[in-house]
Amino acid sequence: MKDGKPYVSTTNACKLCKPLGAAVAFRGIEGCVPFLHGSQGCATYMRRYVISHFREPVDIASSALGEKHAVYGGGPNLKKGLLNVMQKYGAQVIGVATTCLTETIGDDVGQILREFRAEFGQELKLPELVHVSTPSYEGTHMEGFHAAVRAVVEQLTESDFGPKHGPVACLPGFVSAEDLRGLKALFADFGLPITLLPDYSESLDGTAAADYEKLPPGGTPVAAIKALGGSRACIEFSRCQKDSLLAGSVLRDTHAVPLQRMGLPMGLRASDEFVQTLEHISGRPAPEALVKERGRLVDAMVDAHKYISGLKAVVYGEEDLAVGLTALLAEVGIHPVLVATGGEPARFEEEVAAVTEGLVPMPLALKGVDFYDIVDQAKTLAPDIVVGNSKGYRVLARELNIPLVRVGFPIHDRFGAQRVRHIGYAGTQELFDRIVNAVLEKRQEESPVGFMYI
Amino acid sequence: METIFEERQDQIQVTNAETAFEIACNKDSLAGAVSQRACVFCGSRVVLYPIADALHLVHGPIGCAAYTWDIRGALSSGPELHRLSFSTDLRERDVIFGGEKKLYASLVELLDRHQPKAAFVYSTCIVGLIGDDILAVCRKVTAEKGIPVIPVMSEGFKGNKRAGYLAACQAMARLVGTGDTTGISPMSVNILGDFNLAGEIWLVREYFKKMGIQVVANITGDGRVDDIRRCHGAGLNVVQCSGSTMDLAKIMQDKYGVPFMRVSYFGIEDMAQALYDIAKVFLPHDPDILRRTQELVRNELSGLMPRLKALRKDLEGKKAAIYVGGAFKAFSLVKAFRHLGMKTVMVGSQTGTQEDYKELAEITDEGTIIIDDANPLELSRIVKDKDVDILVGGVKERPIAYKLGVGFCDHNHERKLALEGFEGMYNFALEVHRTVTCPVWRFTPRRSGVPIGKAPASETFTATNEEA
Repeated sequence: MKDGKPYVSTTNACKLCKPLGAAVAFRGIEGCVPFLHGSQGCATYMRRYVISHFREPVDIASSALGEKHAVYGGGPNLKKGLLNVMQKYGAQVIGVATTCLTETIGDDVGQILREFRAEFGQELKLPELVHVSTPSYEGTHMEGFHAAVRAVVEQLTESDFGPKHGPVACLPGFVSAEDLRGLKALFADFGLPITLLPDYSESLDGTAAADYEKLPPGGTPVAAIKALGGSRACIEFSRCQKDSLLAGSVLRDTHAVPLQRMGLPMGLRASDEFVQTLEHISGRPAPEALVKERGRLVDAMVDAHKYISGLKAVVYGEEDLAVGLTALLAEVGIHPVLVATGGEPARFEEEVAAVTEGLVPMPLALKGVDFYDIVDQAKTLAPDIVVGNSKGYRVLARELNIPLVRVGFPIHDRFGAQRVRHIGYAGTQELFDRIVNAVLEKRQEESPVGFMYI
Repeated sequence: METIFEERQDQIQVTNAETAFEIACNKDSLAGAVSQRACVFCGSRVVLYPIADALHLVHGPIGCAAYTWDIRGALSSGPELHRLSFSTDLRERDVIFGGEKKLYASLVELLDRHQPKAAFVYSTCIVGLIGDDILAVCRKVTAEKGIPVIPVMSEGFKGNKRAGYLAACQAMARLVGTGDTTGISPMSVNILGDFNLAGEIWLVREYFKKMGIQVVANITGDGRVDDIRRCHGAGLNVVQCSGSTMDLAKIMQDKYGVPFMRVSYFGIEDMAQALYDIAKVFLPHDPDILRRTQELVRNELSGLMPRLKALRKDLEGKKAAIYVGGAFKAFSLVKAFRHLGMKTVMVGSQTGTQEDYKELAEITDEGTIIIDDANPLELSRIVKDKDVDILVGGVKERPIAYKLGVGFCDHNHERKLALEGFEGMYNFALEVHRTVTCPVWRFTPRRSGVPIGKAPASETFTATNEEA
C-alpha cells in the first residue's frame, strides 16, 4: 500500500486459492475423495501443499483436462474420472470442486452430475456426489473451505426432521487436527453427542498403518451429515464470514436448527463463551477438570505477564484465526499492532475491534493484503514478535529479526502442525506457553551473558 | 503385474530379456487417477525460476503463484528476486473484462520497484481462456522500460510438464544472442538444466575451474540475465536433466552452432564420465586437460571411496524404487544404488520419453518394473509387492513410503542437500543409509505385530486387581 493506495500487483500472497480449502474440507468426510474439476496441475499442486503441512497422503483426483476439453467442455472427463474414483478408491462420497478453468469454460457441474446419475445410477451403486463452485479468481482458500462445508450440508442433509434431539452440529472451520480432537473431548465432558463437520482429525493425522489406505479412516460419517437437520443445536465458529457463506445458516434457515455462531474459542473470553454455551445446551455445569484448566491458564498468564505485557505483535493468516489470535494476545497484554489477512471477509476490522476493546489499543487491521503490504507496515510498527503461518518466516520474521510463533496453515518448515492446539483453555495455554517461550528464547540468546534463571 | 487402471496397462511394463521393451508414454493423465504430475505452467515455472535477477510475474489467479512461491532449493550467489512470488492475482472482473490492463499496471509497478534485468510473464490456464494478448503487453512494456519483458506461453491445460519445458526454453531463447560475447574463451561451457539446489552448481563449477574451463552462463540455477544474453559465445552446452533445457540446446545449435552434450552429475560414473567427455571436446585446445581431469577425478574418488565402502556394508542387497519427475535422473540413480550394493526394482517418471524408458530397461535387471505417469495406488502396490527398502521421490511420494514403513530419499527440487558431484554421492549414500538402517521400521505396523490394543482381557489380572 503506497500512500493508502493499494498496489495493483500481489507479492507473496497471504492466501491460497479457493479449491484448496474445499479439498481440505472434503477430506474431513468419511470415505470421501476430493475431486478437482480442472487441469491436472491444480490437483497436484494442492496435494503437494497439503501433504507438506499434514505429512499424510492426500489423494486429490482430477479430471485432468487438456486443450480439447477446454474447448469442447470437461463433462466427459469428469464422468470418466468419477467412475475411476468410484471403482478404484471405493469412495462413498466424491466432493467435486471446480477450478478457474472449468468455471470459465462454463461447465455446469450440477447438470453433469445429474446426467452422470441418470447414465450410471441404474447399474452401479453411486457414491454421494457433492459439488461446490470454487473459481480461484473469486475468494480464498478459507472461502473455499466454508463453501464446501455449506455445499455438503445443502446437498446431503435430509429434510423432515421433527424434534431436535440429534447431536450438536459443530462447524469449527479450518482448525488443526488436534483442535478437532480437543473439541470432541470437550463435548464428551458435557455428555453432549456431537457431529463435527468436517472432521479430519484422523484422516489428515493418521496413525502408522499396515498399508497405504486409499480411504483413510475417520471423517464425518455420511449418515451423521444426513441427520444434521435433527441437531439440537449448531455451534459454528466464524466471526468474519458472511452469513450466506456459512453452513450454519442452512441448518438454521432450512432445518430450523438453533444456531449459535461465535468466534474461534481462543483466549479466555471466547473460550468462556464457548464453554457457557455448552453448559446451556447440556444443562450441566462445566466439569471440575475444565474449571481447573481455566484456573491454570489464568495462573500462567499472571506468572508470565511481566515478560510479555506491552510487547507488540504482528498477526496474520486466515481471518477467523487472526481475530482469535488477536483476542488471545490482547488478553495477556501483548499489543497486536497489525492484524492482517489475505482474504476479504465481510467483517474484519470490526471483529478485531471487538476482541481488543478495553484491553489494548485498536490494532491496524488490514484485509486483502499480501506479505509485501504486511512487511511494509510492520517495518514502521517495530513489533517484538510475529504470530502466523510459515509463509511469514523469511519475508517478515527473519527480515525484522524477531521470533515467529507458527500457527495456522500452512506450516511447512516445522513438525507437528496438525498437532498444534489453538482453541479452548488448553489450546490457549499451549499457544501462550509457546509465545512466552519464544520471547524468552530471543532475550536469552541476545543477552551478553546468557542466563539460566528468570 | 496386475494393473490397477486397465487404461494404464501399457504404461507399466516389466523388463524381460526375451521380448523387446515397449511402453506407452507422453499421454494425457487419466482422469480420476490422481497422477503425480503437474502442468505446463509448472514445467515453465520450475525451469525459469532460478534466474535470480529476473522478475517472474505469474499472470493468473493467486493459486498458481502461491503454490510455486520459492518452491525450489535453488540458491543464488547474488540477487534473490526469484525467491519472491509475484502475481496479477486475477479476479472475477478481470476474467470478465480481460486482464491486460492489470497485467500492464502490475508489470510497470513491479519493474519500477525492483529494477530487474529482465522479466518473465507466465501465462496460466485462465489467461489462455480469456485470450489476454500477453505478447502485446510484454512488447509494450519492453519498449517503455528498456529491458526484455518475455512472455512464457505456459497455459496449464495445454499438455504436461514437458510442454512447459519447451515454453521456458522458447522464452529463454529470446534472451540468448542479445549480449556481447567478447572475452569468452574457446574453452568455455554453459551449464544447462542444473538448478543449483543446495548450491550444487557451485560444486560443478569448481570442477570446471580445476579443468581450466570457463563457465559463461548457468542456465538456469544461479542464473543471470546478462550471462544468458551472451551465452551463445560459449564453446559447448553441457545439458543436464533430460527434458528441461534440451530444447534450448537444440535451438542454440541450430541458430548459433553451439554443440551440446548430455550429462548427469549424479553418481560416481556419470559425474566422472561427464567431466571426461567435456575434457575430450576441449582436447584440441589444450592437450593437458585430460590429465588435469584424471587428477581431479582420482583425488575426489580417493577421498570418497573408503567413506562409501563403510556405508555399503549395511546397504548390500537392499531394494530401491525410484519415482522422479524427469527420467534422466533415474539413470544415474540406478547406477548410484548399484555402487551402494543395492538393487533397483522399480523405476518410473512423470515425463519420460520412449527412449528414456528403453534405456532404463537396458540398465536395470530383468524383472524391474518400469512405469510412466504413476499414481499413489500403483506406487504403493509396487513398493509393497516388491518389498522395497527405500523409495526415491519428492514430497508427494514421501507419505506413500512412510505409510508402508519403508525408507525415503528426497530427490526432488525442494531438497536442501547437495546430491550432485562426488561430494553429493556421499551425501546421497549417507541419506540412504540413514533412512534404510533406521530402527524405526521395526516398529511400523507392516513390519511388526502391534503389541498393544490386541491383548485379550486377562481375567486373572483383572481379578487380582479387584481383590486388592
